[in-house]
Amino acid sequence: MVSTPDAGGKPNPWSGRNIAYQAYRLKNKPELIIGVMCLAFLAFVVLVPLFQILRDAFTFQSYDLSYNPEGEVGAFTLFHFDRVFFQPISKALFVKPLINSLSMGVAVTTIGIIVGSGLAWLMVRTNVYFKEVFGAMLVFPYMMPSWVMALAWLSLFRNDRIGGSEGVMTSVFGVQAPNWIAYGFVPIVITLSLHYYAYAYLLISGALATVDSELEEAGATAGMGKWKRIRVITMPLLLPALGSAVVLTFIRILGTFGTPALLGLPVRFFTFSTQIYASINARNQGDAYVLALVLIILAITFIWINSRIIGVRKSYVTMTGKGFRKKESDLGKMRWPATIFVILFLCLTVVMPLTLLLWESMTLIPGDYSWNNLSGYFWYGSGNVDLAYGEPGVIHNKGILGALGNSIKLGFLAALFNGALGLLVGYAVVRGRGGKLSKALEGIAFAPYIFPSIALGAIYIGMFSSSIGPIPALYGTFTILVLITVIKNLPFTSRTGIAAMLQIHQSLEETARVQGIGWFRRMLRIIIPLSMSGLVAGMLLTFITAMRELSLIILLLSPGNMVLTGVIFGYQEQDMAQHSAAVTLMLVLIIITISVIVKVMARGAGTGRLNTT
Amino acid sequence: MEQIRLSGIVKSYGKIEVVKNLDLTIAPGEFLTILGPSGCGKTTTLRMIAGLEEPDQGVIELGDRVVFSRNDGVVLPPEVRGLGLIFQSYALWPHMTVAKNITLALKEQRLSKSEIEARLKTALELVQLEDFAKRYPSELSGGQQQRVAVARLIALRPSILLMDEPLSNLDAKLRTEMRVGLKRLHRDLEATTVYVTHDQIEALTLSDRIIIMNEGVIMQEGTPFDIYHHPANLFVAEFIGDPKINLFTGAIKAGKLDCGDLTLPLADEFADRGGEMIVAARPEKIAVSYKAKRGWQQVAVEIVQPTGADTIIQVKVGDTHLTLLQSGFITLDEGAPLWIDFDLSALNFFDPKTTKNLRPAS
Repeated sequence: MVSTPDAGGKPNPWSGRNIAYQAYRLKNKPELIIGVMCLAFLAFVVLVPLFQILRDAFTFQSYDLSYNPEGEVGAFTLFHFDRVFFQPISKALFVKPLINSLSMGVAVTTIGIIVGSGLAWLMVRTNVYFKEVFGAMLVFPYMMPSWVMALAWLSLFRNDRIGGSEGVMTSVFGVQAPNWIAYGFVPIVITLSLHYYAYAYLLISGALATVDSELEEAGATAGMGKWKRIRVITMPLLLPALGSAVVLTFIRILGTFGTPALLGLPVRFFTFSTQIYASINARNQGDAYVLALVLIILAITFIWINSRIIGVRKSYVTMTGKGFRKKESDLGKMRWPATIFVILFLCLTVVMPLTLLLWESMTLIPGDYSWNNLSGYFWYGSGNVDLAYGEPGVIHNKGILGALGNSIKLGFLAALFNGALGLLVGYAVVRGRGGKLSKALEGIAFAPYIFPSIALGAIYIGMFSSSIGPIPALYGTFTILVLITVIKNLPFTSRTGIAAMLQIHQSLEETARVQGIGWFRRMLRIIIPLSMSGLVAGMLLTFITAMRELSLIILLLSPGNMVLTGVIFGYQEQDMAQHSAAVTLMLVLIIITISVIVKVMARGAGTGRLNTT
Repeated sequence: MEQIRLSGIVKSYGKIEVVKNLDLTIAPGEFLTILGPSGCGKTTTLRMIAGLEEPDQGVIELGDRVVFSRNDGVVLPPEVRGLGLIFQSYALWPHMTVAKNITLALKEQRLSKSEIEARLKTALELVQLEDFAKRYPSELSGGQQQRVAVARLIALRPSILLMDEPLSNLDAKLRTEMRVGLKRLHRDLEATTVYVTHDQIEALTLSDRIIIMNEGVIMQEGTPFDIYHHPANLFVAEFIGDPKINLFTGAIKAGKLDCGDLTLPLADEFADRGGEMIVAARPEKIAVSYKAKRGWQQVAVEIVQPTGADTIIQVKVGDTHLTLLQSGFITLDEGAPLWIDFDLSALNFFDPKTTKNLRPAS
């Protein structure tokens, strides 16, 4: 029997019937349930830490009591802000790192964008030789940890400043490199630029490939010269990509730790990231949190400025799907010189650092780079008290092998969880399109983007150092490494998930629904297989990122959850250059091997027949 | 065979009410078409029957099951409603072969292997795709893909069939052919069928009954014959018929209908009326003579469009333009004289204010 609507036309929201009805509805909308679950989880791992860091920055910590004997742990205070911004110590704690970080960021971003877009233009728009090989090799630096270059730099220019062994330059030419070349601002900018150009290159070559040459030719028929065409047509179309390349690179540089630590700390050149690390190590979390907040605010400001300047124009649609032509301009006489330029560049960014590391790893007595001193000891030696504190070579070294296992496990688990989370977030966002939940979820999945790596690490120390409800203290566990890696990569993977889901027309799932196929089977038989190719690419990237990550996890590492990057950093701190070189080389080889295998397998799986439109 | 009943269905998206208080009963085994311009609420109605959208108010019953009732707090998900749905895009799973596409839901129902095999074979035979079981959808033509979608339904044997513009992705020639296929599917499954389209030819050729919707409201429901010959209002009169119906306004004066350039005798039933009426004449219902006839009105040829079997002739009298439809392949010179006459019983008259037909179907 069907009841009639009551006077108001709307049923009483709290009647039993209505509650049952709402429960039924919810059951019929898996995207809602998933969306709410994802939102709750993300709010917990993204927003809660942010509030905690705010709270800790504004309250006394036990460490602070030595300065404030009358204070009480947990009581409200502006002590940290006062210290960081207004006390004499502010100059060392805040002002210098700020200037260093900003100037480093501006310099590296500028060089990286110029080099990256120049290479992108050469590769996409000209007839330079060996494109296939170059294309694969230009992204190698992206797969390597950002500080590989810094290690190579040290192998080359290490001087007697920090004691221990000297580099190739001193050994071969007998000249000590001056401090400004060996350490500090100049080498940091050079080595970081040679890594971060790859981000700009990837983003801009992607965008450049979608600009139809016909648009430029239309400019030519309108009587524009070559440079005017670039200025009036190509550049404005590329501006959104260029803008996000700038912001992405800049924020990453602000949060990067490895290179400034390796090349800056010996001469007490501090950036925000190394200062946060130093403060945490000195158990002075309050300062570290204030600095992390400043870093986050800086990042948000840059994102905001970027969206203000460029945001409105993001809607340029240059992809039409038809009549699309890419015309390569003929370099003419410059074809070979341009090719040689790329080869030299690759030698500088890929071949040379890896060669230097190999060389370094094979010198028996540190600092002696002659033939006679070459040895495989640090690869397969079993330990000798006279050499490197008796630390055995790579293949006999339990610490290294354990960290290797952890690294692979971390990469694998992070990729797996990221893939799953990206899929679920994508599903909830796309199926719930237009709803508030969908928007909130998309927003919060993007939030980790604004946390510079080192700041996120600092937040996680604070959050998981003691148990929260049923969750035990995670500090020092392997779980926290997986968690933070998954969260940091979420902005990227959720985007991959959303993109993959948008390609699956809703009717493909609805047909299955109507035919009586339940949600779980729909995911298994239809949604997952159809989004697989996109997801695998995203997961591979997470794997690579997780394997090479240091800035994000350096604050969370302990002997119990040590990974390869941490081992390398440890060796470097102890001035054991051969070990750190050998392990770095091993790490890079593993990353490259695995990504090649995955790519070949993905190609072999033959996704060619998938046509989901 | 099951009856479908919708009562008091209301559906809004935000502030826009797309379906307004819809009542509709579809008899067991009936082929009903919902016809209307895009945005009229027809697809939403279909999706609400399927369970893919939720009404804001009202009751939906399939057979003797209430599948949705806002006030009783009942919402059955599409999975358990047990109906068949064909999408405009066919919604074939691109990563599965034709055979897998057809059998996936059957496996879900845990039918025996031999049963699944038998159903697959019958379904493929009926749509004449026996040799295509191992192909992937992207290796098939548009017509073949549509037949796979049909075969998927045949194998499932639903007692209710829903079709959402299943022919609109096909070219004109194939459309005519597939129309026959859909009619046969309805007959073979003996399923109650709801067919949604904006194409009046599909509606007129396939349906037992047609619902014409506009802006969320039913404008008329009736047999194809009634809809064509006795449109309930001006909207339906204009929407149905290709070439379009001729409309002109006439004033009742001295027992005649004065339409400016034309004058029509006044039907007896309107003898007591005054004021104006809108006259609607189907192009093929206007008689044409190439020679002068007594009492017929002379018009001048403007444009002639032979389509093969028929010819559309545009004519003019004063400032009034009329469309005529004659069978046969006809060529005429521009400006040549023609004589036309109206059969009063074949005309429809509409009230200009209410737009309602003054001669509704009996």
